[in-house]
This record gives sequence, C-alpha cells and structure tokens, in this order.
Amino acid sequence: MDIKVVNLNKSFNGQQVLNNVSMAFKNGKITCLMGASGKGKTTLANIMMGLQKADSGHIEGLQGKKISAVFQEDRLIEHWDAVKNIFLVCRKDFTEDYIHKNLNKIGLTDYEKKPVSSLSGGMRRRVAIVRALLAEYDVLIMDEPFKGLDFELKKQVIGYVKKMTEGKTVIIITHDKDEVEMLKADLVTMN
Amino acid sequence: MKKEKAGRKSGHETKPIKKHINKLVIRFFVFIFWIFIWEAACRIINQELFLPSPFSVLLSIIDLAAKQVFWLSILNSFIRIFIGFLLGIVSGAVLAVISYKSKLIYELISPLMKIIKSTPVASFIILALVWISSKNLSVLIAFLMVLPISFSNLLYGLKSTDIKLLEMAKVFRLSGWKRIKAIYLPALLPFLKSAVSVGLGFSFKSGIAAEVIGRPANSIGLNLYEAKLYLMIKELFAWTTVIIIISVLFEKIVVKLIGNYGHDKKYANKP
Repeated sequence: MDIKVVNLNKSFNGQQVLNNVSMAFKNGKITCLMGASGKGKTTLANIMMGLQKADSGHIEGLQGKKISAVFQEDRLIEHWDAVKNIFLVCRKDFTEDYIHKNLNKIGLTDYEKKPVSSLSGGMRRRVAIVRALLAEYDVLIMDEPFKGLDFELKKQVIGYVKKMTEGKTVIIITHDKDEVEMLKADLVTMN
Repeated sequence: MKKEKAGRKSGHETKPIKKHINKLVIRFFVFIFWIFIWEAACRIINQELFLPSPFSVLLSIIDLAAKQVFWLSILNSFIRIFIGFLLGIVSGAVLAVISYKSKLIYELISPLMKIIKSTPVASFIILALVWISSKNLSVLIAFLMVLPISFSNLLYGLKSTDIKLLEMAKVFRLSGWKRIKAIYLPALLPFLKSAVSVGLGFSFKSGIAAEVIGRPANSIGLNLYEAKLYLMIKELFAWTTVIIIISVLFEKIVVKLIGNYGHDKKYANKP
C-alpha cells in the first residue's frame, strides 16, 4: 500500500509550516522529497515517524508499519563505538561480523573500538546510515542522509543504499538533484 | 573502495603520570601547610584544653584505635548512616522517576522536598526522637537529608536527557532497558555522582549530629558527646578527625564505583 499524505497542516507558534500538504509515496520504491529550506520537509518526516502530531489532515499507509530513520543529525550514542550503536537497533539475527562487513562496504575502516564522538562527520553519517539499514523496518525515512559526503563516497553510499533497500519503501529528503538521479528515485516536491 | 581514517583525535591517551604525581605533591604540601597553621595556632594559644596540637590528636587517635569500643562505635554509626544514605538515594531516585513521568506527582512531591530541604536538622532530630528510638534516629536523619538532594539532582538529570536521542529510541522502538542503558544512565551518572558526593557529606554530618542528641550506645555521636561533657578536647578532635576521614574515604570509594560502573573503560574518553 502506498503512503498517502492527505491535507496535512502543521503550525508552530502561529507560523504555518505545512499548509494543506498532500502527496503520495509509492510502496516498495525510493522516493526523493525535495523542496526549498523551511518548506516543512523535516516536519513532515517527523509527523510520519510519529514524533510530532499534525494539526489536521492524516497519513494513510503507515499504520502498523515499522519505521527506520536517518535523522538530520546523526543521533548516535556518542560514547559507544559504531558497532555497539548499530547493535542497539539492528535485527537480532545480525552478527557483529555482518555489521563490520556493512561498515566496510561503504568505505569505513579504522572505526573499531573508538567512540563515535571521535569519528569524522562523514564517518558518523555512514554509521547512522548503516544503523538505519540494519534495523527492522517496512518504511525507511532518510533526512539528508548524504550530506557531508564527497562525490565519490556519495556514489558508493548511494549504491549501497539502493542495494540494501530493494523492494522497500524509502523516503529520502534531499536538496540535491544529482542524488535523485543517482538513486533513480521518484521525485516529490514540496512547494 | 574509498577509505578514510578517523578524523578527530581519539583522546585515548591517559593522563601523564608526571601530572598525577605533581597533583599529589601539591596536595601533600597543602595538607602540610594547614597542619603547620594548626600547630602554629596551638602554640600561640598554648592551651591544650582549647586547641590540642595535631600530634596530640594523632596520639589520641592511636590510643582510641587500640580500644574495641572505637571500632564498634565506628561500625555501628557507619552502618546506620549508610543505610539512611542508601534509602535516601534510592527513594529520591524512585520519586524523581515518578515525578519525571507525571506532572501531577511532581506538583505533589515538590513542596514536600522543599520543606524537608529547608527544615533545620535539629528540628527533625528532636521531632524524630519522639517517634523513634535513638538507635534508629541517625538512619532517619541521614535519609531525610539525602532524599531531597537525590530527588532534585536526579530529576534535573532526567529532564536534561537528550530529547533527540529519546526520539531516536522511539522511532527504533527500543525497549525500556535499552533506553535506560544507552540514554538515561549516561545522562544521569554525573547527576548521581554529584548527589552521592553531596549527600554523603550531609548524611555523615547530620547522622552524627542525631547521635549526639540521641546518644545511642556504642556510637560515634555518644563518644563525641562524652568527650565534650568531660572536656576531653583531644578525644573530641580525634573523633572529629575520624568522622572526616570516614566521610571523605567513603565518598571517594562510592564516587569511584559509580564512575567505574558508568564508564565503559574501553571508551573512557566520553565527550
């Protein structure tokens, strides 16, 4: 079932952030959500994740679905290492070895037994991506997941994300049209 | 495949030993300085009855330590005060969690804590003597002194837990235990340490004060009272020194234990 956003409204302190927003995200596909800054993309993502409530309107197709996410900030447990961070949320059947393999697949090395606070921004971002992908989910929401990655690394990570999310419903918030092309994703814009 | 090394410094280096030794040397000289001041004051006053010398206090401690009643008094007082302290920390933590979850409970408990915090210890001691035996008085008084400290510190810690991490936990459907282990405990530990550190000092001070008024058998308080009553000033100083040593030592041990528990030694460089 597709995810349908129907007439969603949300305001903060009297300022309308979402104004009658309606859109759809195809089931089992990657959809990129684009729009200028301040158009409410993150607010919409937060409402979809159940972190905020809409003032009015509703979302169909998310009931009972498990959500995984890459947040705008990494939101990692700073004093834990990458593997421990991923272990915290990942599927129970995944081993430490499998986590290492996934981290290596996107070029992460020299991360072992180090708190994530000591990793660079790009490394932390990739840890957050692997964490989201190894969690149990039906819908994956990613808020600017590739920010801070250089072009080559971005290509590599996008390839990995595409492979890992085959057949899954993925919503990616981005400002970058190249990312949409690389992902071969559907595009939804917020005006 | 593009590889990247850790960008920031890991910070795993331990404190240089030299720095640690320097710190110890400074502390030693500070200690010697104050002992010297004490000795100087003692010589100026030249009245052992008012201010005994550090050496005579030390001799008095050695003298006391040879008696069984000394150790029995320390043990009795320590156990009672520690029970009160522990009950205060645990009850404060439970009340803080409940208050964090329910605004109504917070509104209900908060004034009570304020009253306990502002009531003079002496009022509590005299009032409590009417209700309970003098033997258990120090337990209750230590408990009452620690309770509001534990409550307010831990509640503040809970309120300052990173909301973004809690949202992450919600999205990933983390169990209660995982949330506690990953998010709440690390956030609470500095506040718990502070509560323990302040609470221990308070519990010893107030617990001994309760013993001085209640005078239970074989207690530090009773020994202090008798030392004062019979003008045994050296013993009074000796007992006071013992209380300070026990309080400081115990605080160091407990704070260290909390630190060791809360810190994954592998990643000791918590940001």
